Amino acid sequence: MSRTRTVALPKDLYQRAFVESFKKLDPRVMMKNPVMFVVEIGFFITLLLTFAPNLFGGASDPFFNGVVSFILFVTILFANFAEALAEGRGKAQAESLKKTKQDTQAKKVGKDGRIQVVSSTELRKGDLVIVEAGELIPSDGEIVEGVASVDESAITGESAPVIKEAGGDFSSVTGGTRVVSDRIRVRVTTDPGESFLDRMISLVEGAKRQKTPNEIALNTLLVSLTLIFLIVCTTLQPIANYVNAAIPVATLIALLVCLIPTTIGGLLSAIGIAGMDRVTQFNVIAMSGKAVEASGDINTIILDKTGTITHGNRMAAEFVTVGNSKSMELNRVAAQSSVHDETPEGRSVVELAKKQGLASAELKLPGSEGVEFRAETRMSGTNLASGVLIRKGAVDAIKKYVVEQGGNIPADLDEKANRIATAGGTPLAVAEGNTILGLIYLKDTVKPGMRERFEELRRMGIRTVMCTGDNPLTAATIAREAGVDDFVAEAKPEDKIALIRKEQAAGKLVAMTGDGTNDAPALAQADVGLAMNTGTVAAKEAANMVDLDSDPTKIIEVVAIGKQLLMTRGALTTFSIANDVAKYFAIIPAMFMLAIPQMSALNIMGLATPQSAILSALIFNAIIIPILIPLAMKGVKYTPMSATKLLSRNLVIYGLGGILVPFVGIKLIDLILVGLNLV
Amino acid sequence: MDFLQIALVLVVLFVLAIPMGKYLARSFSLETTRLDRVFGGVEKAIYKLSGIRVADMTWKQYAMAVLVSNISMVAIAYLLLRLQGMLPGNPSGIAAMEPLLSFNTAVSFLTNTNLQHYSGESGLSYLSQMLVIIYLMFTTPATGIAVVMAFMRGLTGQRSIGNYYVDLVRAHTRVLIPLAIVVTLLLVTQGVPQTMEPTATATTISGTEQQIARGPVASLVSIKHLGTNGGGFFGVNSSHPFENPTPLTNVIEILSMFLIPAALPFAFGFMAKSRKQGWVIFGAMFAMFLAFLVTAYANEVNGNPALERAGLSQVMGSMEGKEVRFGIAQSALFTAVTTAATTGTVNNMHDTLTPLGGLVPLGEMMLNCVFGGDGVGTINILMYAILAVFLAGLMVGRTPEFLGRKIEGKEMKLIAIAILVHPLIILAPTAIALATEMGSSAVSNPGFHGISQVLYEYTSSAANNGSGFEGLGDNTPFWNISTGLVMLFGRYVSIITMLAVAGSLLAKTPVPETMGTLRTDNSVFTVILIATVVIVGALTFLPVLALGPIAEWLTIR
Repeated sequence: MSRTRTVALPKDLYQRAFVESFKKLDPRVMMKNPVMFVVEIGFFITLLLTFAPNLFGGASDPFFNGVVSFILFVTILFANFAEALAEGRGKAQAESLKKTKQDTQAKKVGKDGRIQVVSSTELRKGDLVIVEAGELIPSDGEIVEGVASVDESAITGESAPVIKEAGGDFSSVTGGTRVVSDRIRVRVTTDPGESFLDRMISLVEGAKRQKTPNEIALNTLLVSLTLIFLIVCTTLQPIANYVNAAIPVATLIALLVCLIPTTIGGLLSAIGIAGMDRVTQFNVIAMSGKAVEASGDINTIILDKTGTITHGNRMAAEFVTVGNSKSMELNRVAAQSSVHDETPEGRSVVELAKKQGLASAELKLPGSEGVEFRAETRMSGTNLASGVLIRKGAVDAIKKYVVEQGGNIPADLDEKANRIATAGGTPLAVAEGNTILGLIYLKDTVKPGMRERFEELRRMGIRTVMCTGDNPLTAATIAREAGVDDFVAEAKPEDKIALIRKEQAAGKLVAMTGDGTNDAPALAQADVGLAMNTGTVAAKEAANMVDLDSDPTKIIEVVAIGKQLLMTRGALTTFSIANDVAKYFAIIPAMFMLAIPQMSALNIMGLATPQSAILSALIFNAIIIPILIPLAMKGVKYTPMSATKLLSRNLVIYGLGGILVPFVGIKLIDLILVGLNLV
Repeated sequence: MDFLQIALVLVVLFVLAIPMGKYLARSFSLETTRLDRVFGGVEKAIYKLSGIRVADMTWKQYAMAVLVSNISMVAIAYLLLRLQGMLPGNPSGIAAMEPLLSFNTAVSFLTNTNLQHYSGESGLSYLSQMLVIIYLMFTTPATGIAVVMAFMRGLTGQRSIGNYYVDLVRAHTRVLIPLAIVVTLLLVTQGVPQTMEPTATATTISGTEQQIARGPVASLVSIKHLGTNGGGFFGVNSSHPFENPTPLTNVIEILSMFLIPAALPFAFGFMAKSRKQGWVIFGAMFAMFLAFLVTAYANEVNGNPALERAGLSQVMGSMEGKEVRFGIAQSALFTAVTTAATTGTVNNMHDTLTPLGGLVPLGEMMLNCVFGGDGVGTINILMYAILAVFLAGLMVGRTPEFLGRKIEGKEMKLIAIAILVHPLIILAPTAIALATEMGSSAVSNPGFHGISQVLYEYTSSAANNGSGFEGLGDNTPFWNISTGLVMLFGRYVSIITMLAVAGSLLAKTPVPETMGTLRTDNSVFTVILIATVVIVGALTFLPVLALGPIAEWLTIR
């Protein structure tokens, strides 16, 4: 179902990101990321010291200053590159979307009914346009007249055209999609620049990217850590002077840059963009990063039964004879009742009969005529050429019909019908003439694999609630079969919103999917509302995510992506902060070794010289950023398990790993520097 | 034997702290409890007399009440110190305290620091000892207990944050006064004086005349420890034989200063209706405490290598500055406890601890959450717990929550202020003092030890501990003003920001706990909590510690 949309060639992407990372060096841009901005200031100071070593009094080594300056420069570039790369993926997608947004000609219907050809940009809300086969739909709108098949591949990537028709839940069309057949009259619902496509482009482009609440909170922490280390480093100079252990400014800046959380500071926005991007690649458009973040926190998912949990079309599962009828007879009559019934339900009856040994010859009914289902009679059937009337329908309806025809009701009919209903099925009675032969057991089938998915969700601590219009008995059976935690039977649209409010009042975050106009209030109320692209404009407006594939089960993946986003952020923050331990052990002895030779006892990594120790730590600090870019982009691996297990696992990898990795890395870099005779 | 002594004290602490935690939780319950029948009468009379309305407060009202009451307290204290020469209760005829020293002293006792730039026996009248020192020694821990209760109510989602004045009164009637009476009597049985008689004059065997200072010592010493105050009646504090005459009084004093800080995590567990939660907080504090204690003991017992080289036997350990009646074990324990609980009382001179032994009190005060002072220590560790949840909580794929309440931008901003201020008010004045003549002239041992001395003074002020690396000539305008300011910031910034955090958390709808929720009541979280304290709280100070005690240790090895 879900395909990833094609993005620009990776090579092209890297090149563009490379150029972007230089553009981002502009201090006005850097200022938005305070952690990296501090690094940039450090870069400028050390750069000055390279050319004017005595700037701050006292001699300093211009070569060393130059090297520090260069490493800082590279550190900033790496961080910018990460961000640019993440943004680039979105931009590439936006561009492919923009191609579909060409300026199209629209046939506008004037007030006097005359057709006038105008540019699509001149269309305003409320205008009427006519679109014919082969033409692009000029703007988002609603079909007011006609039926057409529309190729929506520009947006969904799905090549099979979809049927759109006036009225009902399939009336909305999207600008930029192409009418393949027929002719429709469309009322424009958006002004230029505000269409769904426009919004999608700006979203994937990240033009209006706002920091999410958790990102802001984390940023606050990172800034305060940066300030703390700024205090540490600026106060260190006078304190060291007191014992005549003056520290060169470049060394002090190196210490500062190593201690402040540059790793997470450099990757934070890339993680956020990549998280949204992963959702997009999944063919889901999130209206904001906040929505993606919120999906990680979801406690309850409300799912519609039909179409989400079950296939939605009830299938014949069994024929149940009543009274004295023979099963072969029932088989035949049931099949004959459905010969003209082209609904999936009807077809499944014929199929079941065939499977149970009915000869195909019995189904050839020349001269017969189908009777369509009508709401008043609640029956359908076949009038045979012989004049015999075969009917199937709701048990009550058939009972009434048979009595009218002067027939009798078999004694075991009600009991057997109840048994089917209790088991969650729908009984349909079958009558030939005025005799009821038996029941068709219609069953709604749960999609394969749903049980496992709900089990997975339970392990993630998420409760699933099934909403259905079925009676409580049927609902309970399906709920049991699918393994959802709870269900609401005989649900009306108001019930859904009441349920969401109830859950939210208990502090839970709720996700739901929907497509109809009557789902719109609930979609808006939910913390994460995933609308189907095939749904109505109202539903899409109300939701904060739109699934282009219109696959309601995707909400589960969206939750996983949200969790992954938060986990990645947490893991890299932990890693970044844990790195400080090793950096301290590299730099502190190096800083004071000249003035206090005994400090070498703290040089537990056995780094060659003070200079190589400082440079190794600084180089490690820089290259860890590009090393972690793939992780930031792809996200930390997420397998559903309890929070405690998840935490222990990530804590070992990113916490303990964060303490140990730099010890190894710094030592390695030191060995290489020595090997290359650089220090 | 040393091990047994220390273990015994810690076991008794356990036995006392758990029921005490339960008692504290019940004493400050917003619901009616049986304790109301015992204390209710007296308390109602106090409310009536002082016009206290017992209605619930918002966090802002609560914080305002803390500030208003504390400003009144400091004003009273300052005036009394300035006027003590003219006031009664001054049998030894002690003159008024000069303005800057009065400021420093009043602030020092107001902030529960008890940094003493004066010497009690010669600087204060009996009236000042009682109306300034003992008075503030009750009200400031009571303030701390009140604030922690308000904070814990916010975290555990009680009905409201409470009423400051009710909490303040209850801290006196239900906790401090009853305990102080018991401890005072215990001390008196061990020979600690409690008298209004003036300084005694004795003739020594060699015939010279000796002035023996005395006074209402036992009552001061009891609350000095119970309230994690630390300001001694005498200049040499609890190493003075009248303040701490026997090993038994030493143990009583250790236990009384550790009792409330150690009981508060358990009180938190009771309030959160999760005893395990209490154990996790206590466990983290206790693990850090043990690490510090072992370091102190190991270094002191190994003696001072510099003195050994000079030919002084170090078989007994490093006994310089220690009382023979306590020995290494009771001295190391006392040192570890007094700076963990940020009491600041001393039974040995911290200036003469071995370099790494001296690192222990410094380190504990820098963390300021290894039990910590009455109330504030628990507030600090809970703040670190919120921080730990924020850092690690994301790793379970949810936005962080602590006890069912989401930790968001607002809380992080407030916590950021608190974690930022602590290193700022230690490191910035230390740098200024060392870089300027007005500061560095007070140092008695230049070099690495000088850094330790200055650093210790400000750390002790910031953590509201009050002990000193004596040896610093600190009764000068520079030191009186700078430490005074550091003490004020050290106390009130975290109190106000954390009350704001409590208010903000209390206003949130609690999130139900699920399988996907980060558990904060298991050993994994204990590890995360300790790691957060060490990495965020301690690594900040590593560079300066490297120049002070660590450099000193390395150079005398």
